[in-house]
Amino acid sequence: MLDSLRRRPRLAFALLAVLLAALPFIMGFGLGNSWVRVLDFVLLYVLLAIGLNIVVGYAGLLDLGYIAFYALGAYLYAWLASPHFGLHLPFWVVLPIGAAFAGLFGVLLGAPTLRLRGDYLAIVTLGFGEIIRIFMNNLNAPFNLTNGPQGMNLIDPVSVAGFSFGKTLHIFGLSLPPTYFYYYLFLAFTLLAIFIALRLQDSRIGRAWAAIREDEVAAAAMGINTRNLKLLAFAMGASFGGLAGGLFAAFQGFISPESFTLWESILVLCMIVLGGMGNIPGVILGAVLLTMIPEALRYIGDLQRATLGHVVVDPSDLRMLLFGVALVGMMLFRPAGLLPSRQRKREFAAEDGVAEQEQASLYDAKA
Amino acid sequence: MSVLLSVDQVTKRFGGLAALEEVSLSVESGEIYGLIGPNGAGKTTLFNCMTGLYTVTSGAVRLDGAEVQALKPHQIVKRGFARTFQNIRLFANMSALENVMVGRHARTRANVLGAVLRCRKTRAEEAGIRERALELLNYVGLGGKSRGLASHLSYGDQRRLEIARALATEPKLLALDEPVAGMNPNERQQMGELFRKLREGGVTLLLIEHDVKLVMGLCDRVAVLDYGRKIAEGPAEEVRRDPAVIAAYLGGEA
Repeated sequence: MLDSLRRRPRLAFALLAVLLAALPFIMGFGLGNSWVRVLDFVLLYVLLAIGLNIVVGYAGLLDLGYIAFYALGAYLYAWLASPHFGLHLPFWVVLPIGAAFAGLFGVLLGAPTLRLRGDYLAIVTLGFGEIIRIFMNNLNAPFNLTNGPQGMNLIDPVSVAGFSFGKTLHIFGLSLPPTYFYYYLFLAFTLLAIFIALRLQDSRIGRAWAAIREDEVAAAAMGINTRNLKLLAFAMGASFGGLAGGLFAAFQGFISPESFTLWESILVLCMIVLGGMGNIPGVILGAVLLTMIPEALRYIGDLQRATLGHVVVDPSDLRMLLFGVALVGMMLFRPAGLLPSRQRKREFAAEDGVAEQEQASLYDAKA
Repeated sequence: MSVLLSVDQVTKRFGGLAALEEVSLSVESGEIYGLIGPNGAGKTTLFNCMTGLYTVTSGAVRLDGAEVQALKPHQIVKRGFARTFQNIRLFANMSALENVMVGRHARTRANVLGAVLRCRKTRAEEAGIRERALELLNYVGLGGKSRGLASHLSYGDQRRLEIARALATEPKLLALDEPVAGMNPNERQQMGELFRKLREGGVTLLLIEHDVKLVMGLCDRVAVLDYGRKIAEGPAEEVRRDPAVIAAYLGGEA
């Protein structure tokens, strides 16, 4: 079946399009409307993971504060489209501004960290992520910018040609909650992001990023302006994050610093590591799995209640445990991720090869 | 003949240690110029100073008459001065072809917008990059190995690939840091032929080498470094007989 689809890419493409279009209805009517909401979050995380993948997967710059850009995009949306400042700009104005705003901060973070590599870069970006969150938490005085820990609410929903995404639509005897409309909006942006990321990967820019990741000195010796290209990676990744943040703010209608903790940064990083760093299908798979599985685990609580009468193991504890097990298992069995890129696969394969060779020569020496 | 590269009174200090002390030399366009000297003499340091990897403590490096010692490595490459590395620095997990394609970066222009929209101009440029990279692989004798991973190539082929990658930047001057180190005599001879072919193709070569026999047979002129100073410069035959050079290599009174 898969083989015959591979031979007919157009058919496969059409089937995928139909599936993506019907997915919220399948999930909504099959499993309940809460699953449509889960789908929306899956798409947001795919968008985030694709953005982070540009920084970490393509250019090889380990960024542990990525969620800060998500926060910046979300807060910018709230500033420009909520009663907080009395501004109510339309989403198609706010989202690009949010993406550009986050991109600018990407450059601001990138510029002083250009000389740092590996662990040192990770620590600085981690600090940056926390700084943004703490700012959001405290910028309610002397001038109330973020409303502090209470967060900002009553953020305008997305509205297209007078039709607000914020209300449930009753049509043909069906009632469609906002999650359905956001699904298609998020899907459009996610597909756009995938398109951009794929095109960039296979281009002069993508090759330059890969070269920097492999060997920065050699990359510079090939005429690559490593400073500009690293800043470009930071800016591109950050603007994807900012876009996702704006969508998140409009979707939730409420944001607070709690949504932008270090844990979220680590979660997004886990998605790309688990799925396969640098490879877009892998990154998507990672984001889908790590968003869906915790939701599916909620049923374990219901199951316990039904069979035992009370909850013995809290599913949210179980979630962390399974996360750890999954990551350890992955490191053991698929160190390059579930769907690794060609290049990553080679890297890990090459290391294995060297190790085997060394061992072989040791045994030879003994014999 | 005109002077392509001139190094003028270059000094490089690391803390108190002077790795290079007032070294001057000039490479003329079209020649093969050899840089020799015992281990630790400062040859690679001089290379790094010329190609922008190190900033010189004092002195000037001129390429085609323009000072380049304050420029960044990628700017120097764009001015037509490429190099290879003593400890091969390929992009190990990219294919041979991809390695050379990266080398075309300096001579191509596609930006983010072009890459995303993939307009006709970008597609044409991309096709040109691929075509030129394949040509260069053929030129250095790696025609059949374009798809293999760089790290899977034999040692000699990796050296060749590094040269192809450097050539992709369209250099007027190519600096090779010990390009035949670790090769057998047969491979050395083949590399020597490649260097002559390069010169005939209009590339000026600057060569760091330990193999005195190769240097003497190949180079038009040679400079000798010892303890960070230039102790001799001139046609290969003269330098070979220079007592200071013999002393530096064999020890003893100069």
